[in-house]
Amino acid sequence: MERKNKTTGKVAGIIANLVIVEVDGPVAQNEICFISHPENKLMAEVIKILGKNVYVQVFESTRGLKVGTPVEFEGHLLEVSLGPGILSRNYDGLQNDLDKMDGVFLKRGDYTDPLDREKKWDWTPIAKEGDQVVAGSWLGEVPENSVPHRIMVPFKFQGTYTIKSIVAAGQYTVDDVVAVVTDREGNDIELTMVQKWPVKMAVKAYKEKPRPFKLLQTGTRTLDTLNPITEGGTGFIPGPFGTGKTVLQHAISKFADADIVIIAACGERANEVVEIFTEFPELEDPKTGRSLIERTTIIANTSNMPVAAREASVYTAMTLGEYYRSMGLKVVLMADSTSRWAQALREMSNRLEELPGPDAFPMDLTAIITSFYARAGFVYLNNGESGSITFIGTVSPAGGNLKEPVTESTRKAARCFYGLNQGRADSKRYPAIDPIDSYSKYLEYPEVQEYLKENIGENWLDNVLKTKTLLLRGKEAQEQINILGDDGVPLEFHEKFWNSELIDAVILQQDSFDKIDANCPMPRQKYMLEKVLEITDKKFKFETFEEVNGFFKRIINQLKQINYSEWESEKFKTHEKELEEIMNERLN
Amino acid sequence: METQAFQKVYTKITNLTKATVTLKATDVGYDEMAMVHGRMGQVVKIMGDEVILQIFAGTEGIPTNAEVVFLGRPPQLKVSDQLAGRFFNAFGDPIDGGPQVEGRIVDTGGPSVNPVRRKQPSQLIATGIAGIDLNNTLVTGQKIPFFADPDQPYNQVMANVALRAKADKIILGGMGLSNDDYLYFKNIFDNAGALDRIVSFVNTTDDPPVERLLIPDMALTAAEYFAEEKQEKVLVLLTDMTLYADALSIVSNRMDQIPSKDSMPGSLYSDLARLYEKAVQFPHGGSITIIAVTTLNGGDITHAIPDNTGYITEGQLFLRMDSDVGKVIVDPFRSLSRLKQLVIGKQTREDHPQVMNAAIRLYADAANAKTKQDNGFDLTDYDERTLKFAREYSEHILAVDINIDTEKMLDTTWKLFSENFAREEVVVREEFVAKYWKGAKQ
Repeated sequence: MERKNKTTGKVAGIIANLVIVEVDGPVAQNEICFISHPENKLMAEVIKILGKNVYVQVFESTRGLKVGTPVEFEGHLLEVSLGPGILSRNYDGLQNDLDKMDGVFLKRGDYTDPLDREKKWDWTPIAKEGDQVVAGSWLGEVPENSVPHRIMVPFKFQGTYTIKSIVAAGQYTVDDVVAVVTDREGNDIELTMVQKWPVKMAVKAYKEKPRPFKLLQTGTRTLDTLNPITEGGTGFIPGPFGTGKTVLQHAISKFADADIVIIAACGERANEVVEIFTEFPELEDPKTGRSLIERTTIIANTSNMPVAAREASVYTAMTLGEYYRSMGLKVVLMADSTSRWAQALREMSNRLEELPGPDAFPMDLTAIITSFYARAGFVYLNNGESGSITFIGTVSPAGGNLKEPVTESTRKAARCFYGLNQGRADSKRYPAIDPIDSYSKYLEYPEVQEYLKENIGENWLDNVLKTKTLLLRGKEAQEQINILGDDGVPLEFHEKFWNSELIDAVILQQDSFDKIDANCPMPRQKYMLEKVLEITDKKFKFETFEEVNGFFKRIINQLKQINYSEWESEKFKTHEKELEEIMNERLN
Repeated sequence: METQAFQKVYTKITNLTKATVTLKATDVGYDEMAMVHGRMGQVVKIMGDEVILQIFAGTEGIPTNAEVVFLGRPPQLKVSDQLAGRFFNAFGDPIDGGPQVEGRIVDTGGPSVNPVRRKQPSQLIATGIAGIDLNNTLVTGQKIPFFADPDQPYNQVMANVALRAKADKIILGGMGLSNDDYLYFKNIFDNAGALDRIVSFVNTTDDPPVERLLIPDMALTAAEYFAEEKQEKVLVLLTDMTLYADALSIVSNRMDQIPSKDSMPGSLYSDLARLYEKAVQFPHGGSITIIAVTTLNGGDITHAIPDNTGYITEGQLFLRMDSDVGKVIVDPFRSLSRLKQLVIGKQTREDHPQVMNAAIRLYADAANAKTKQDNGFDLTDYDERTLKFAREYSEHILAVDINIDTEKMLDTTWKLFSENFAREEVVVREEFVAKYWKGAKQ
C-alpha cells in the first residue's frame, strides 16, 4: 500500500462522526487519514468507498467541521508502536499516552507518543551474527519492570533474514539501531527496538497454536474449581448491570497467574479506570511481589470518549497482547465491555445506512466477534518457547436478556461461559456466576483433564463433577420444597438442599473486598472443596428439618470464618476444630 | 437573539419535516447553531451544499421562504458567579424576570475529562436516608439515577437529598418538568434558604419537547464552571432523563435513522454516557455528582432507557411502596451504589459492610418466607422471625422519611439482629459480633 504521493481529498459531507471525503487518487479500505481542521488535525479511518466518495469514521468530535476541508491519506492502516515501555502505561484506544496530554480535558486531535524516546534500556543480545531469523525471532532482551522484554524481528517481515550485525550489551534508546539484517536479495535493513503493526490484523509469527491445556489460576473459586479457564483460553461474562461484571474482571486482573495483564476499558465508566489507576500501584503482584501496575497496561476508552476509537481500543489491546505473547509470556487480556464495542459498530453501520441485522446490529457481527476471539490462544513460538493470551470479555446484554445478538455471537466464539445471575446478585451471593448454567468447555478436553489429574489431584475432576451434580440436586430439592412446603418433602430433600447451600456459601461465594478471601490459590481451593465434599458425604442424624437448617448454618458459619482466615493460621485451625466439634454432635 | 449585520441570510428552504428543515448553504460548520424564522436550530447533517437543521421548537408555521441565519457557533452559555440563584430556559436565557447574566462565553457539550486527570471519588455524601447511607452510600463524583414509576415521590426524595448533601452548588436540570413540580423545587429551595446555591435550567411541559436536548448540556456546563474553575462541590439534579431520551428518539426518527431496541436511536448509550460521564472528582477538591431520575414504565427496567442508563451510571436507587409498613422504601435488592465500597467501613464504622450484607441477606430470607406464606405453607420459627425482622427493618431503616446518621443506622440494625436472631444465623465476622451484638448472650 506504500504510495509515492499521498492521496488527498476534500470533505463533502458530515453526519456526526461519519465524514464523506471526495478523493483524487487511490485509497485503501481501513486506511488512516487526517482531516485538516483549523485547530488540530483529526484522525479518521476509511470504512466504505463508493466511487470518488470515501466514507471515513472520525476518531474525534466533528463539531465545527466544514465542507471543503482538505484531507490527507496516510497510506497505512491503523497501527500501534510496539517496543519496550508499554507496561504501566495508560493509553487511549488509539495508543495515545494519556499521561502525556496537557490539561484536565482531552483536546481534540491531541496525539501523543506511546513510547519514551529518551529512556535508555539495558540491552542484552540473544541472537548473534550470522543467525538466520524470521518475523518474531528474538534478537535481544531488555528488562521492562519485572518482565524480560524481547526485541524481535518485526512481524511485518516475510521470509528468512541473516543477521549481519548486532550491537553488544549496553544502554540504548528505543530508536537506536540494535541490529542489521540482510534479506535474500542482499539488502541490509536496520532494526531498532520499535516496530509497527496494524491492529486489525492478527500477528501470526509463531509455529503452531495447539489446543490450550494448562489451567490458568485466577484465584476466584467459582471459576478455577467449577469452570476453569486455560492459559490461552477464551471466556465471556454476560450479565445485567449491577451483577458484578466489573468487580469480577478486576478481581481476575489482580490475582490471575499471569506475566502481563492488559485491560481494555471499552466504552465503560471512567471511575472504574480511575480505580485501577489508584489501586493497582498499591497492590502487590502475587507472583513477583512487585507492584501490580508493573505488569499491567490499561487501554482506557471510556464511554464519553469518541465512539470510533472505542471500536479500535479492543484491537489495540489485542495487538499489545500478541506482542507480549511473542516474547514467550503469559498474557491475560480483559475487555469490558465487548457490547460497547458492538454498539460502536452499530452506530457506524446506522450512519452508513446499511441494512440492519437483528436489533439493528450489523449483519457481520458474529463474524467480527468470532475472528477477534480467535486471536487469543496458546502458541508455540518458532524457538520452541510458549506464550499465551487468555481473553475474557464481558458482555452487557440489553435488558439482561441473553438471547440478544452480542451474547449469542460471543457464545459461538468463547469456550467458557460465566453467566451472571440477577437473582444471585440481588441476594448478594457474589460472584453472581450461575453455577448451573455456566460452563467451561475445557473441562471436556482430554489434555486438560490429564493436566488437572497431574497437577491438582487424581480425584480432582471427579470431585468437580460431583460438586456440580450436588448443586443441581440441591436446586431440584429446593424447587420441590417450594412447591410442597417444608413438611411436605422427606428430610433427605432438606439435606440435599443444604448440601448445595454449603457449596454455594463456601466455594461459590467469595468476598472480593476481603483481604484474605479475595484471592484463593489452588491448594487452598483444593482443601476447601475436599473439606466440603467430606461433609456432604457424611450421614448426619436429624429428626426434623429445622435441625438440618440449624446444623448447616453453623457449619457454614465456621467454614466462612476459615475463608476469612490466613491460610493455616491459628485462627484457621481454631475454626477447623470447632467445625469438627459441630459435626461430631450429629454423628452417632 | 444575536444577528449581526454581515451575516448571510438564506431564504430558500427546500425540505421541511416536523422537526427539521433542509436548505442549501455554504461554509457551515457541523453542530453550528442557526436562527430559523426566529427559532433556534442546530446543524445535524451536511451533504455537499445541503444542510439539515434540527429546529428545537418544531417547524409549525415556518414557510419555505423563512429567513435562516447561521450563528457560526455551537450552543453556548455565559458562565460566572451571577448564575447562582437564577432560573433559565434551555437556551440559557433567564425565565425569572431577572437581568441577563454577564460572564465568559463557553461552548456547551465540551470535551471529556482525561481519565488520568481524575481522582478516585472518596468523599461520602450523607443524606440521612438509611436506605441510601447504609445500603447504597453515595460518594462525590458519582452518577446515580432514581429508577421510579411516575407516581412515586422521586422529586421530593431528590430535593431532600440535595438539600442535606452539603453541596456548594446545586444545579437543577429539569426536562419536561410539570409546572407544579417546577414550583415545588422553587419553593423547597427557597424555604430552605438555599436559593443562592442553586442554578436551574428548566424546560417545562409547556415548552417544545426537543428543546430538552439542550438542558443537560447547559446544566453540566454550569457545573463544570463551578467544579473545575471554582473548585466547588457541585450536585447536578437531572429530572426526568426518560423524557430526554424520548426527545432523542423523536429527532432520530425525523432524520430517518434506523431505530434499535424500543424505537430508541442506536447511539442512545453514547448519548447518555456523554452526559453522565461529566460526573467527576477533580484532584483539587472540586467535584460534580449527578443524581438523575429515570421514570419507568410499570417498573420495567429492561426497556432501553433504564437499561442503557444502568450500564452507564454507578448504581441505581429504586423506590418501592412497602405495603406491609405503608411507607415508600429504598428497595434493598435492586438498588445499588457501586462506589460505596470506597467509603463504607473506611469513613464509616468498621462493621458497616458486613452489617449491610447480613441485613440484606436476612431480608432476602424474609422475601422467601413471604412467598411460602403466600403459597399457603406453614412457616418455620426462623421464617416468622425473618418476617418480623423485615417489617421492622423496612420501618426503621429502609423508609425514605428516616433522617438519622450512619452510626445510629448500624446500631439499630444490630438491635434488630439481636432481637430476632441467634448469632450464627447472622454470619458476620466474629470480632464484630463480639463488639456490637446487643442484649442477651446466647
